[in-house]
Amino acid sequence: MTTTIRLQREAFDVAAEVERMTNGRTDIGAVVTFTGLCRADENGKPIASLTLEHYPGMAEAEIGRHVEEAYARWPLLGITVIHRHGRLVPGDVIVLVATASSHRDAAFAAASFLMDYLKTHAPFWKQVETVAGATWVEAKASDDAAAERWSASPPRREAAK
Amino acid sequence: MRLLYFAWVRERLGKAEEQVEPPAGIGTVGELMAWLAKRDEQYAYAFENAKVIRAAIDHRHVRADTPIAGANEIAFFPPMTGG
Repeated sequence: MTTTIRLQREAFDVAAEVERMTNGRTDIGAVVTFTGLCRADENGKPIASLTLEHYPGMAEAEIGRHVEEAYARWPLLGITVIHRHGRLVPGDVIVLVATASSHRDAAFAAASFLMDYLKTHAPFWKQVETVAGATWVEAKASDDAAAERWSASPPRREAAK
Repeated sequence: MRLLYFAWVRERLGKAEEQVEPPAGIGTVGELMAWLAKRDEQYAYAFENAKVIRAAIDHRHVRADTPIAGANEIAFFPPMTGG
């Protein structure tokens, strides 16, 4: 298993990160990547920038716990999670989740699971800068509901062939 | 114990961290928040809606009824909006 968890201010190359996970391996048959980008609007209002605050130490620990849970639930061969912090502008990459498996089902499910938990459990907070000033982005109930659906289904690793 | 504050909780308090020694009888995260809220107007403002504030003890999410005994670091913050 190839696991990468990084929090960083700097931009990164999504293709290079996927290459790092799959390079030299012939057992991986599926890679799913989710890339989150900074949009130019929040709630229909234009924004100039997005600033991400995080809790150093806990953010890594929390992501690590969810990565471990993903490995326990699905037959994965690799996981990459990279989350940026600091000031970003529209078009910038915020987050990458990439999952590798022999077959696509596990990779799709694990990527979705990890993103849902990142949104609701990883200690990051977004602040947007608009013409009206800086405001904190409010958490969405729909994100909580998305994360909640995973707690309803028990770990499936044992059931997987 | 060390307290950390993030996002608008930090802004309302005007500080990111501090060292506190809660009196005996403050046993849970929720009681700690109530005690902090009584300190002055800034704390009252930061913790005015305690139900929405999340907490972590030593880098793990906890609930308001979690005991604080033995905690090194307790953090308070709004619901998370990463990803």
